[in-house]
Amino acid sequence: MNPFSSGTCLRDMIRAIRACKTSAEERAVVRKECAAIRASINEDDQDYRHRNLAKLMFIQMLGYPTHFGQMECLKLIASAGFPEKRIGYLGLMLLLDERQEVLMLVTNSLKQDLNHSNQYIVGLALCALGNICSAEMARDLAPEVERLLQFRDPNIRKKAALCSIRIIKKVPALAENFINCAASLLKEKHHGVLITGVQLCADLCKVSSEALEYFRKKCTEGLVRTLRDIVNSPYSPEYDISGITDPYLHIRLLKLLRILGQGDADASDRMTDILAQVATKTESNKNAGNAILYECVETIMSIEDDGGLRVLAINILGKFLSNRDNNIRYVALNMLMRATTLDAQAVQRHRATILDCVKDSDASIRKRALDLLYLLVNDNNVKPLIKELIEYLEVSDQEFKGDLTAKICSLVEKFSSEKIWYIDQMLKVLSEAGNFVKDEVWHALIVVISNASDLHGYTVRALYRAFLTSTEQETLVRVAVWCIGEYGDMLVNNVGMLDIEDPITVTECDAVDAVEVAIKRHTSDLTTKAMALIALLKLSSRFPSYSERIKDIIVQNKGNVVLELQQRSIEFNRILQKHPKFRSALVERMPVLDEATFSGRRAGSLPTAISTSSGAPSNLPNGIAKPATAPIPDLLDLSSDDVPAPSSSGGDFLQDLLGVDLSPTPAPSGADMPPKASTDVLLDLLSIGMPLPVQTGLSASDILSSSQDDKAPFVNFNGLASLSSLSANATSPANAAPMMDLLDGRGPGPQKSEENGQAYPSLVAYESSSLRVMFNFSKQRGSPQTTLIQATFTNLSSNVYNDFLFQAAVPKFLQLHLDPASSNTLPASGDGSITQNLKVTNSQHGKKSLVMRVRIAYKTNNKDVLEERQINNFPQNL
Amino acid sequence: MIHFVLLISRQGKVRLTKWYSAYSQKERTKVIRELSGLILTRGPKLCNFVEWRGLRVVYKRYASLYFCMCIDEDDNELEILEIIHHYVEVLDRYFGSVCELDLIYNFHKAYFILDELLIAGELQEPSKRTVARLVAAQDSLVETAKEQTSSITNIIAQAANV
Repeated sequence: MNPFSSGTCLRDMIRAIRACKTSAEERAVVRKECAAIRASINEDDQDYRHRNLAKLMFIQMLGYPTHFGQMECLKLIASAGFPEKRIGYLGLMLLLDERQEVLMLVTNSLKQDLNHSNQYIVGLALCALGNICSAEMARDLAPEVERLLQFRDPNIRKKAALCSIRIIKKVPALAENFINCAASLLKEKHHGVLITGVQLCADLCKVSSEALEYFRKKCTEGLVRTLRDIVNSPYSPEYDISGITDPYLHIRLLKLLRILGQGDADASDRMTDILAQVATKTESNKNAGNAILYECVETIMSIEDDGGLRVLAINILGKFLSNRDNNIRYVALNMLMRATTLDAQAVQRHRATILDCVKDSDASIRKRALDLLYLLVNDNNVKPLIKELIEYLEVSDQEFKGDLTAKICSLVEKFSSEKIWYIDQMLKVLSEAGNFVKDEVWHALIVVISNASDLHGYTVRALYRAFLTSTEQETLVRVAVWCIGEYGDMLVNNVGMLDIEDPITVTECDAVDAVEVAIKRHTSDLTTKAMALIALLKLSSRFPSYSERIKDIIVQNKGNVVLELQQRSIEFNRILQKHPKFRSALVERMPVLDEATFSGRRAGSLPTAISTSSGAPSNLPNGIAKPATAPIPDLLDLSSDDVPAPSSSGGDFLQDLLGVDLSPTPAPSGADMPPKASTDVLLDLLSIGMPLPVQTGLSASDILSSSQDDKAPFVNFNGLASLSSLSANATSPANAAPMMDLLDGRGPGPQKSEENGQAYPSLVAYESSSLRVMFNFSKQRGSPQTTLIQATFTNLSSNVYNDFLFQAAVPKFLQLHLDPASSNTLPASGDGSITQNLKVTNSQHGKKSLVMRVRIAYKTNNKDVLEERQINNFPQNL
Repeated sequence: MIHFVLLISRQGKVRLTKWYSAYSQKERTKVIRELSGLILTRGPKLCNFVEWRGLRVVYKRYASLYFCMCIDEDDNELEILEIIHHYVEVLDRYFGSVCELDLIYNFHKAYFILDELLIAGELQEPSKRTVARLVAAQDSLVETAKEQTSSITNIIAQAANV
């Protein structure tokens, strides 16, 4: 019995599913049905096979898994009758996609059906093949399809043509087999065959230049004639759509002509007449006519033409743009976008209309128009356009603000010839849509502000005003807080007043109030709060009379649950309390930030900060050129023994960071430090990587702890920019503690590391003729399970090793953490070494000793070398 | 080319899906969810195009059903609107003023008609009459096969009774 003619059972299921009131009920019904279908499949029940499959298709459409029905499709396809095959092929197309292995099993059935005597069965097979065939199937069945392109029934020929499109897309190498047959399809009279044939030719041209040449030479003339015939054809009810005979054919012919005309003046020349005719004679009051005009405009703009036709095309687009139908306006904007590269002047004429479209109520149109307007902005029109856009920003939809803000910021930056204009526009954007401004944009703004020394006073006052009116814009608050911290004195004393400014009186108290507001607003995130803390520290020295109040605010954060803020406020509190003589020097104004370096970093081409021999100040991350004077440890009153070895990467990083050349001269241990240098260095520590001054204190603490207990966490400079990586560091109390020790001025226990050094002898973990690996062990206080291993790699051969990579694996009872290596290049003949830190946690401490498998890969003389070994001779009790 | 065709009801129920590009089962569910969120929320009188993942979705609402087709950026959106309308007209002619219930209970027929209209994401036949004729011819093949089976079943049943 046939389910689709009697139908009751499929119908009953659909009815039952539709009657369900909740999705739980629906799931229950579907589960029951699926169970019944599975049972029936297991019994290999032939009578109900197609009914089961039909049900499965419906179930699949509801989003339930139906993979168990896939084999049923194959069985139905393999059966003899048309009804079974029809439903089988439908199931195949719905339940499977081309990436499933099962599909390969159907190739044979497809081949038989493509040669079937019943043309409808051939049609089913072609349809399935065209919709889901994979590359393998395409290769296997291409000859059959090729043959069917000449089949007597046109309905099979058209299906074969579309099937060929799929085949050549999957296997472009097969294209040349189809060129001749495709060309003969272009002479057909049957519209179905003709449009599929034209489409096939277009796709052939895309994958094969040989086909393109062939059609260009042999078929251009004929295609132009076909287009002329169809344009001038009398009314034919079968193909008529709103007064036009077969617009689909029009469109496909225009598309193919475009491909043939592109880059070929001769072919283009032959089609100009008919294009002009289509462009002028097509009725534009119905969608079908507009679709043809749209295609025609695109063809005119793509082919080689002297410009006469282009004027026609741009005029059509102008008419489209003023159309009341949103669809037409949308495609006009879309096409004008492509026209900007051809004739920007002509598009500029429609600027006002395009600007109106940016303010349209339709999101799709707004987006198109904004993209287009972005291309139209130039030096002459940027100011009025930006003014309009910013005004619109105030009233635009929330979801559009992100896009709009990004575009405005990008334009303002691109055309920022005057700094004051740039700063003004950015302030407007920050106050209107600060929450949509990306980090790099406000970082760039701060760099520009820092460089515009004559505008510092103006900027900080403008920001202060903006801050008072809108505190809900996160980035505005950040920039304002940063500027108040830096230029607080200018705010209060009205330094650098410009003529255009309204006078404003701000007291020291007001300035501190503003920062306090920023730190206390509950919407402020970690970055803002941390920036506010730094601003307070800076203000404490700018406004000494408010020092006590500032200390109170800072102290309030001592118990903050966010470790970063807690640590910061404790540190700053210490600075305020115990080091008043350092303070003013510590919080001096930031040096001017280097724009070139910043933009370089934004472009992702940050010069790698960790390079061993760079003493060049120009490469400094924050671009401060300073004579090399003193190594950092002296500043913090550490003994000079703790100077990190020049080869250790922690040291290198620090060295780069500070622009100090450590390697040749160990500095005199030092009380006789010039105070100026100490200021600069500490200042750098506190606000390096300027845009996020917050995070640098932290990195400094990392570095300090590294120099202290020989455990150098390698801070990747790029990592500095991302808060997450830093807060990850911040959660390790081991790193935070030493920093506080340092600020307390206590001696940071070098004894400890000595103890560790004695407790566990170093181990030559691995030695071959070419390479030696040394392990030094140390323990963290309070966690006997964890061993810190510093691995030192030495090259014993006379060739340099490149792409050096050390990998290690441990059994399950151990946990291994690998820090990045200090370098990936190992100089020859023991002339230097790579170090890398490992942290191993032994969950069976005391019962089992460490064991590790290591693998070392490197390149020498352009040859890859791989060395592997198991290390069992770790000291006991690790 | 058309990457997929979706029919979604105003309540977000899927009535037909046809995929001409490879999307895994998981991606399909995701695509449908994303697009119904995008399309069903759009007000009337807005344009019929939505930009989505670097592609464009052309949709048109007929009564309670949204017909959606996803195309490449450089395809002709206005033509796709015509193709959607073409499909609706063929359905209308086949079912005799089609409604959503027809498409629910006879979803397979909606697929059969679509298969006569589109293959490999390209238009196959511009003539509604030809499509209707081809579908009718195949339907009658099914009818004939069914009659034969039932008559054979009858013969067997009679033979068994004798």
